[in-house]
Amino acid sequence: MTETSPYATDHVVDRSHMKVSDEVAIEINNMNKWFGTFHVLRDIDLTVYRGERIVICGPSGSGKSTLIRCVNALEEHQQGKIVVDGTELSNDLKNIDKIRSEVGMCFQHFNLFPHLTILENCTLAPIWVRKTPKREAEETAMHFLKKVKIPEQADKYPGQLSGGQQQRVAIARSLCMRPRIMLFDEPTSALDPEMIKEVLDTMIELAEEGMTMLCVTHEMGFARQVANRVIFMDAGQIVEQNEPEPFFTNPQSERTKLFLSQILGH
Amino acid sequence: MSDTHAQSVQFVRGTMIPEQDPPITEKGALKWMRENLFSSWLNAILTVLSLYVIYWVLAHILPWTVGGIWDAESLSQCRDIRDASGIDYNVACWAVITDRWHQLLFGFYPSELYWRPILALIIFGAAIAPILFETLPRKMLIVSIAAPFLAYWLLWGGSVWGPIAVAFGFGIGWAIVTYGESLLGALGAIIGAIVVPVLYWLFLAGPVGAALQATLPIGIAQIGSNQFGGFMLAIIIGVSAIVLSLPLGILLALGRQSDLFIINKCSVIFIEVIRGVPLIVWLFTASLLLNYFLPPEVSFDLMLRVIIMVTLFASAYIAEVVRGGLAALPRGQYEGADSLGLDYWQAMRLIILPQALKISIPGIVSTFIGLFKDTTLVVFIGLLDPIGLSQAIRADSAWNGIYWELFIFIGLCFFIFCFSMSQYSQWLERKLNTGHR
Repeated sequence: MTETSPYATDHVVDRSHMKVSDEVAIEINNMNKWFGTFHVLRDIDLTVYRGERIVICGPSGSGKSTLIRCVNALEEHQQGKIVVDGTELSNDLKNIDKIRSEVGMCFQHFNLFPHLTILENCTLAPIWVRKTPKREAEETAMHFLKKVKIPEQADKYPGQLSGGQQQRVAIARSLCMRPRIMLFDEPTSALDPEMIKEVLDTMIELAEEGMTMLCVTHEMGFARQVANRVIFMDAGQIVEQNEPEPFFTNPQSERTKLFLSQILGH
Repeated sequence: MSDTHAQSVQFVRGTMIPEQDPPITEKGALKWMRENLFSSWLNAILTVLSLYVIYWVLAHILPWTVGGIWDAESLSQCRDIRDASGIDYNVACWAVITDRWHQLLFGFYPSELYWRPILALIIFGAAIAPILFETLPRKMLIVSIAAPFLAYWLLWGGSVWGPIAVAFGFGIGWAIVTYGESLLGALGAIIGAIVVPVLYWLFLAGPVGAALQATLPIGIAQIGSNQFGGFMLAIIIGVSAIVLSLPLGILLALGRQSDLFIINKCSVIFIEVIRGVPLIVWLFTASLLLNYFLPPEVSFDLMLRVIIMVTLFASAYIAEVVRGGLAALPRGQYEGADSLGLDYWQAMRLIILPQALKISIPGIVSTFIGLFKDTTLVVFIGLLDPIGLSQAIRADSAWNGIYWELFIFIGLCFFIFCFSMSQYSQWLERKLNTGHR
């Protein structure tokens, strides 16, 4: 079998804390979404249990980013039901803000706030949304910045950091809100190969602590090492999902086979 | 067999080359002159020609300016002094400035009360300083809150209780926003904070002020708006409009970006109508038409009406400048703020506006500079701004026929104000530059 990604493979994953519980973290029922008249997500059914690490892959335009962006209501769905942590996503802004504060998200382009220092980026939401005292928020922020291994950059501005460092700050910023679920939207797609590894290592550490994670990524090495479920999407629907080992070695759908042969073949 | 020479491929550097100074002709003033002034024959000729033109202009202006006469009582006396000294070229008659500077600055404000506008200006300086410079102690913001009422009282005079009664209305609004949210909800608190103070100002503020004045009379001599003039007038209108139009413009820009249909359309219509009509038309509306619409017993001070009109006019421009800044921000900033659970106002205040306003600084300051200079238009509705006063000064037979000296002085005063605004904005831009993007 060809090894697909040279990254994050030297990290020996400690699975002792990776436990999937029976508690439902996210439930998506028969969800449909349109961009104008374009049917971008079709009849999505997905139940995520607490502690699961799910990797979503698929060709571009397959709706995978849109799917996880629906989970924290960055995109609005038109049909069906999404329940996050027991709260149903509705048009009630209070509900949406509550869910967003419980669900962390990392973007492809980091979306750090360039006018604030790294530390301010990390303390902003805890101070204003959670009403944490400033001192306490800063301690938490430094704790997570240490965890992603860049505490020494706390007083710099995002523009002074490398891409990999910025993405790790973005992860720390999300963690400062103590989320129960983390969404990753192609977190390594905008990074140089050297930096991909440092971000993936951070994500693996997060998985080892038992965080519920939903990752849209093309890092198949990461999927194989960390995920307990891989979902393949195409044309706005879930085509195949399975545990990583059978998913990669024995894909069932023709579409999946084609996709895997293209990204694993080279 | 390889077709490259083994010897030409292998290379190992033994010692690194140390840094060296560039050749003498490649640095300093010499290099600069050679590159910028005399890089070719044509450029050399143009340089010499330009220097001659500059010399020619200065040779005509400088003797007129520097040799000007400062001590005379009329234009004809100026001419006599010049003739007596045997100078055969024209010189400036700056005596008009020494004679009438107080009028150009204060209009017809009583001269024994000049301390009041000066004190108001000092208070304004103290109030604006902590807003302009972040490093100053935050406690100075108390001055900023009190300054508008204090300055109003100093300038127009009258009972001290009037401004206090008006300020109390703002206190009511603030209290409703701060403590009313749990009772009325967020939207209810905002609506309450607007409606209750407005009702209070319309029906209660007047009687309350009068009652307080009756029980404890404190006041200073009242000065009517018709006695205001000169730069004092320009600064009062300009500063009030600048201070008021920025928040209003930001709200309009947010309104124009809003998804809420009514708010969006109201903002668009307001901006387009206000911007689509010349300022002078709005000023005539303020001076003439408003009286037809308002009930006869309501008499709105003309200056107040002008300030309101200039503010609305400037806010429409500010709104469009700020909208440009908002549009320049990447979508990711909105999403980043949303994904952390910040609500709309938090996201705007903490993430979006600080960045959008930073981008808009040059446009905003341009608008402010334009606004400040446009205050001279009030001369057409009978207010005596510096230009209007220059006409009034010429109406005096002693200074009949004097133009240049007055306009240069007025121009210089405006330049000082506008140039300082421009310099401040450049300093602010440098300070806010965090090296992103």
